This record gives sequence, C-alpha cells and structure tokens, in this order.
Amino acid sequence: MSGTFLGMPGRPGGGSRPTAPRDFPTAAEAAGRDATLRGNLRHATHTIRDKRARAVAELSDWPELRAAGAAIKDDVLLRLDSHLERLEAAVTAAGGTVHWASDAAEANRIVTELVHATGETEVIKVKSMATQEIGLNEALAEAGITAYETDLAELIVQLGDDLPSHILVPAIHRNRSEIRDIFRERMGEWGRAAPEGLTDRPAELAEAARLHLREKFLRARVGISGANFMVAETGTLVVVESEGNGRMCLTLPETLISVVGIEKVVPTWRDLEVFLQLLPRSSTAERMNPYTTMWTGTTDGDGPREFHLVLLDNGRTDVLADTVGRQALRCIRCSACLNVCPVYERAGGHAYGSAYPGPIGAILTPQLRGVGSELDASLPYASSLCGACYEVCPVAIDIPRVLVHLRERVVEGGEVTVRGSRVRLKPARGHAAERAVMRAARWALERPGVVRAGQRVAGRTRRLHPRRLPGPGAAWTASRDLPTVPAESFRQWWHRTRGPGGGSGAGDGDTSRKERS
Amino acid sequence: MTDHARGGGGGHDSREVILGRIRRALGPSGPGPGGSGAPVAPPIPRDYAVSHLPDTSEGTTDPVELLAENLADYRALVHRVDPAGLPALIARLLAARGARSVVTPPGLPDGWLPEDITRVPDDPAATAAELDAVDAVVTGCALAIAETGTIVLDGSPDQGRRRITLIPDHHLCVVRVPEQVVASVPEAMPRLVPHRPQTWISGPSATSDIELDRVEGVHGPRVLEVLLVGPTGTGAAGY
Amino acid sequence: MAERMRVGLFITCVNDTLYPDTGRAVVTLLERLGVEVDFPEAQSCCGQPQFNTGYRSETEPLVRRYAEVFAGCDHIVTPSGSCAAMVRDHHPGFAVPGAAETARRTLELTEFLVDVLGVTDVGAYYPHTVTYHPTCHGLRALGLGDRPRRLLERVRGLELVELPGAEECCGFGGTFAVKNAAVSTAMGRDKARAVVSTGASAVCTVDNSCLMHIGGVLRRAGSPVRPVHLAEILASTEESPGAAAHGAVTGTGGAKR
Repeated sequence: MSGTFLGMPGRPGGGSRPTAPRDFPTAAEAAGRDATLRGNLRHATHTIRDKRARAVAELSDWPELRAAGAAIKDDVLLRLDSHLERLEAAVTAAGGTVHWASDAAEANRIVTELVHATGETEVIKVKSMATQEIGLNEALAEAGITAYETDLAELIVQLGDDLPSHILVPAIHRNRSEIRDIFRERMGEWGRAAPEGLTDRPAELAEAARLHLREKFLRARVGISGANFMVAETGTLVVVESEGNGRMCLTLPETLISVVGIEKVVPTWRDLEVFLQLLPRSSTAERMNPYTTMWTGTTDGDGPREFHLVLLDNGRTDVLADTVGRQALRCIRCSACLNVCPVYERAGGHAYGSAYPGPIGAILTPQLRGVGSELDASLPYASSLCGACYEVCPVAIDIPRVLVHLRERVVEGGEVTVRGSRVRLKPARGHAAERAVMRAARWALERPGVVRAGQRVAGRTRRLHPRRLPGPGAAWTASRDLPTVPAESFRQWWHRTRGPGGGSGAGDGDTSRKERS
Repeated sequence: MTDHARGGGGGHDSREVILGRIRRALGPSGPGPGGSGAPVAPPIPRDYAVSHLPDTSEGTTDPVELLAENLADYRALVHRVDPAGLPALIARLLAARGARSVVTPPGLPDGWLPEDITRVPDDPAATAAELDAVDAVVTGCALAIAETGTIVLDGSPDQGRRRITLIPDHHLCVVRVPEQVVASVPEAMPRLVPHRPQTWISGPSATSDIELDRVEGVHGPRVLEVLLVGPTGTGAAGY
Repeated sequence: MAERMRVGLFITCVNDTLYPDTGRAVVTLLERLGVEVDFPEAQSCCGQPQFNTGYRSETEPLVRRYAEVFAGCDHIVTPSGSCAAMVRDHHPGFAVPGAAETARRTLELTEFLVDVLGVTDVGAYYPHTVTYHPTCHGLRALGLGDRPRRLLERVRGLELVELPGAEECCGFGGTFAVKNAAVSTAMGRDKARAVVSTGASAVCTVDNSCLMHIGGVLRRAGSPVRPVHLAEILASTEESPGAAAHGAVTGTGGAKR
C-alpha cells in the first residue's frame, strides 16, 4: 500500500530517511542503542503524560464522556453505510463534491487529477494521518506536484527527509538542537532560509517556521487536509489544530481537498460536544486546542470556492468485518496511548513501520495491511500487554484484547477479510518452533504426573543448570539471571507433607528451602 | 482479490464497492438493504455533565470570571470594560502596539474604532498578501465558552470572513458579557449554526511540536486580546 | 476466625515449579487465619502463556481442566495477579462448561484477604524496608487498588517506601520478555533502577513472574535488593520468620535489625 514506509529513496542530497524495518524487535533494539533518541522520547512522553492526567482529572465526568465517545463511534461503525450516504448528501447539498476511494492508489489518483485540474504544481498541506498512510506526497511528487507540509513537526520531518514517528508530534524523536540544525541546513532549499544566528530556543524555532511558511500560505491556491470529524447530519468537517497552519490551509486556497477515512464520520452535530471534550485533553492535554475549524461545503465569499471530499477505505472495511478488531476504528488519533506506552517510549515510532505507531498502530496496521509481512506479523507482539493504553484511551479501545486477538490470527490463522473478500489465512510461518513448544507445554500441563516428574529432574540437577542458556533461552539470560530451580516444587512439598502417605503438618516446618534469585 | 474501481476519477464504482464492503462486513443481521433491520447499536449514554462549573463557597462560579481565567491561562490578554468605555479601551490597545491599520468586518459598530485609524474593509477581492500588511483586526464573536476559554466566530457580520482573524498579527475580540458566555461545550453546540463556517479560538496560536512543550505564537495572530464588555460594577475601563 | 473456611488454592505453574516458598507461605498464612486450604493436585496452568501468545486452541484444554478441577470450590485463591486476571477476564470467553463460574469465584490473594476474610492486619512481622511494585494485571486488570498496600502497612516492623514510576510496567509481559528482549530488558532496567533508588532491601509484588524479571535484572546487576512475594511477607511472624525473612537477612544485609 503506502509507499511512504516501504523504502522510498530519499531525495537527492537528502538526509537518512529511515528504511522500512525488517520486524519490530530488530528495529526496537536498534532504536534502544540510540541514546539521544531514547532521551528525546523519554523526555517528551513523560512531559505530556503528567499533563494529560491533570487535564483529564479536571473533568469529573470523564468516564461518562468516554463511554459516550465509545458508544457514538460504535453506532457509527454499525451503521456506517447509512451515515456515509447521509454525509455525502449533506456535503453535496452544501456545495462540496464527494469522491470515494477504495484504496491508496485510487485516492492518490483522485487527488492528483483534482490538483492537475487547477493547473497548479504546488499545494499546501495540513497534517493528516490519512494522507501519510496512502503516501500522497510521494504520489504527487511523481506527478510533478510539490506538497508543502505546514505543521511544524511535519515541516521538521519533511526538511529532514525523515519519517513521522508520532501521531500528534511527528518529530517527537528530534530534540530542539537537532531541529535547529535541520532548519539551518535545509530551509533554504525549500524556500525562505532560516534566520541568521538561529538558536535552539523553541520560540525562535517556531518563529523561523512562521517566516518560512508565510510566503507559501499567502500564495497557495490548493490546500490538502484530512479531518478529525465529519458530521453526517450537517455535512460539516472539523479540523482540530494548534498552530494556525490548519486555518491557513483550510481558508486561504481557492481549492480545498480533504482526504478522510470513512470511519471519521459522526452521526450528529451534537456528538461533537463529546469529542471536543475528549480529544484536546487526551491529545495535547489542553482544555481546548488553540484553533478548531468547522466548515460545511463551501460558503460564498469565505474560504475555498471548491471543496472536494475524498472518502478513503484502504482496508477500513476489512477491519470493520472483524467483530473484535473493529473497535480500532473508534480511534480519534489523540496519541494518548503512544505517550503512555512503555514500549513506544523505548522503541520509537519508526520501529512500527507505518504511519500509525504505538499501541494503536500495533492493532491498526496489521488489520489495514494484513499480517503477511514479517514486520506486520510482529506488530501484535510489540506490547507487554500492560494495559496502560486501554486505560487512557478516550474511546475505550481495548488494545490489549485486540493485540491478543491479532496474535491468534498470526499463529493460528483463520478467516479474515481482504479488500472486501473473505479469505482463510494459514498460520504464519516462522512460528513453527514456538508452536511445538506451546503444544508440548500444553500436553505436559494436562498431565500433572509429567509435570511432577519434570520438576523432580529439574530439582535434582539444579546445581548443573547453566547461568546462560543457549538458543531461544539466550534472549532471557543475555540480560537477566534465571531463578534457581528449587530442590522441591510446591506440588512435591504438598504431596510429601499433606498428600496421601505424606505428613499432615500444618505449618511451614520444612527447613529445605530454595535460594531466591 | 482487489476489486477497486476501474477507470475514471474513482467516482461511482468505488462508491458502490465501499458501501457493499461495509454491508458485507456488518453481516446479514445488520441494518440496510438485505439486512433484517435489527437494531444493532445500543442508545448513546449521555449522562455526562452539561457543565462543570466548580462550586465555590459563595455558590456556583461566575462563568464570566471562569472565561477570563481560562483565556488568560492560555496567554490570551483579557480586559473587562463597560460599554461606554469600550472605544477608549480599543483605541488604547491598538495604540499600545502601534497599530495604524485595522481590518473591519462589515457589521462592526461604527463607534468602536478611533477616528485616526486606517480602516481596511473585509473585502473578498483583497489578496492574502494585502491582509498581511494590515496591523490588527477587531471583531465580535458568536459566543464564548467559559470552561475551555474559547471564543467562537461564525462569520456573522460583526466577525467577517475567516481569514481576517488569521493573517493580521493582532486580534481584538469583543465578547458581550454575560449574554454571549456559555459554561461549557455541551451548552455551546445548540447555540451554534452548523452550516456557518466556524473558528473556535482558545488563546493565541501555539505549538507543542518541540519536545511536547507548549510555545505560543506560530501562524495565527500572536496577540489575542479578548474584551469582555458588560456591566463591570465598578465603571472601570478594563484591567 | 470463628469458622474454618475451605478454599481451593490455585498455585500456578510458575509458583509451583520455581517459587514453592510462595505457595507454602500462602498455606501458612491462610491456615493461620483459620482457613482450610485445599490443593487439588490435578490442577495445572491457567493457560495465560498460550493465550497471550495467540495459541487459543492450546489454551482451551487448560481452561477446561481448571473449570473441572476447581468446580466444587467456594473460593479459588491464587497468589498471582496475572493468573487471576487470565482466569477472570478470559476463561469465560471459552465455550467450556463451568468456566464462567470458576472464573467468578477466583480471587487474587489480597482480594481474598481484604474482601472475603475482611482482614488487613494478618499478624505479620517483617522488619525490613520494602518497596511495592503494583503489577499491571493487579493494577489495571483486577483493580486491586490499595489492598496490597493496606496489608503491607499493617505488617509490624515493615517500612514501606514509595516506588517512583510505580505504575509503569516492569517489562516482563510473558513471551514478550523473549520476543522483544531488548525493550523488555530496557523496561526492566528502568524498573530496577527505580527500585534501587528507594533504598529498600526488598521489592514486593503480588506476582512472581514480574519478580522473576525484576529480580533477574537486579541480580545480573549485582544488586542486593531481594524480590519477595507479598504472601511471604504476610506469612512471616516474629515466632516464625519464614523463608522470606531469612532470605532478606542473609541476602541483602539490609535488614533493620
């Protein structure tokens, strides 16, 4: 699907755009060796974690809002066809044009043709996960159209010939001095160069971005966006942002093209009252984000004269077909799950190899793209199942549950929907040894006698156990000591002291005792 | 396997393809054509609060006070003034930043602006670059939300087109209190007209993109001054 | 305790094989509190490793066995937060007769003590500085809340010290610990660092699998801080300090007296 994460070559003279990882563990391990990256991620995620908790604690009815948010999204999903038809009618009646794109290629083709029709060769973009997912910028570049990213973090990523690593803050993996270096070295190639003597003060960096992008905003004739919400009842689209680049892209150009996933529809205007409370507090930890733009089709004399809405499937209907996995489509892209995730914090966003990093990416990507590749099959395992993501999710997506569900899909196969057709997946290769171990373990665990015999052998040979294991066990012992196997298992102790023929001592009179690691 | 639409600009075929996939995904028990029409989605629980105004020892918090507090918390500059004092306050705030030109939406009351300032009408023919040369903009608003420190513009005559509050670097927004202030987002929604183009503004432009730390002042107006106009009780012209 | 209670002990495969002291401590503690403990020897594993790795079909026989073995019990008590969560949250999802019922009756040890027996002072004595790590399953899946803390606070001689970043996962995560060993280890090292920073001589949880991980990292780093299951602390008394107390004295030198 998206070319974005599948090893697109960098531009000439470009930086070192990360290539698609082989699998999550390998990429995460490499990220772990980068001390700067680890420091950047730790600092940023911990900063926002505490702020989010405070912002959420301000609302005593957070659980009720969360339940309402989840219920509205479930209603959307269970009547998605009629909501979309209603949305289409409302947008059309308000002067917009609705297009339907079944996959990334089709969406890219539609957008390219719409831009060509304007005669323009450059567009300004407001950060959009959907266009990242489909690799729109690359598709436009192939058609001779330059897309300028205008969100500060997206600008940092674009100038650095890098990839986003976070849903809300795509350049979270960069610290202020790295950002200063990118601005100094690269801004000139894309337009107005960075001011002389630029320091790494965030306010100065933001000012440099303001100056650099201003000329692009003022001359742009085509804007491209996504949307946070689409109201079926009224045809209203909503973009929530902070910097004002969104307002620039949504109101200054003559033509506006919005590429939006079909799951972003909400039934009614009133439903926004739930999401406009859940989203800012979960996302930037603010009571309200600085700017929210809402528009319905076109308005005479105010904003773009032409508005095109491209409704994107690209695997979403396949996710919808999975009754357990479909809850991932409730996601409102707040990124709270990333910020709280201990695995994301240590692996970084690039290890997830898609536009959607973190816990939500680990359940969304393998559903949107399937589990055919080694990378995508490794994503459901990119979690310790600690449950912190579920706890903070404003629409109560049970991410651990979906992760386990997708693990079943990887190792056991089963029926899935691929581009609208039911197919039966075979169990993934590469899990054969593990499957054998699981089967053997289950066989033994069903036979307590076997377990007891094994424990007896282990207990008797305990002095011979190596400190470091060979083979798969090395993954444990490379960094952690093993517990010492006790001379006697609990089962043996019970059997000896309480069981048939054993003693009946009520206390812990036995003096034999294992060493605890 | 793939059945994506052939030819053309994607249009009709893909519409049917996607809607078909949705209906198949939801299964025969789902609603829509071919389904049994059985209800599948439970009703939305809406037992969340209509507002969160904190109780104080003297009763419920005054929404106007809370609005002022929350606006200021996100670095908007807040002033309170009685109606008679408004023109003088506007003149003083514009002068303080050396503003010589002001964009004026068509419905802005005539008497609000000082005589000696250049008025730039909100003209659809004006270019963005022309607007960029203007120092400030003065508008009214559709309403303001106390709990979130938000002002909402909806393109009414006293607010003008969306871009006039975007490009000039200094925005003065007049809120009539208490009548234009609601407590919360749920109280705001029914008072807003969905098809009007809306801009919700909560403090000046900001970003959290550098190390997830908030910095004010990016692309939108870097100075947002909110003028709460109503009986001040003291007759004082602002604070 | 006027009436002697009869409960089924679900020891869990990890405790049975690697941490029998924990099981013996549970027996000691419950019997001291007047509970008659039954250990059905036909029991095996809750199926968590299989289930969490995606082997649902390998899990089902274990769910079936659990439901059969514990069918007659009023309460099934287990000294493992994650196994209790596995049984309670996931066993009912299997088409196994009786599984929902045995799931409903399954309690993690601190739930049984506080909610069923209604005790927080179990008469324990443990003269050491201890920090408590609330495991993810205990904290978020079971919602143990302050039960373990309330029990620890009433242990005589025990000084409880706050663990920084307590709610963060230690990085064990079952097969995650080997499938994503690098991340798991990084998490474990951060947790171990937090533990050491408290100055405690022992780190305590309601789950030996997490302790195996934290303890393995600590020991590899040469740290004297001992991992100890909550049950072993609660089982120790002045008269019978038990394995845990002994170990703490010999293992750490951090004992208070």
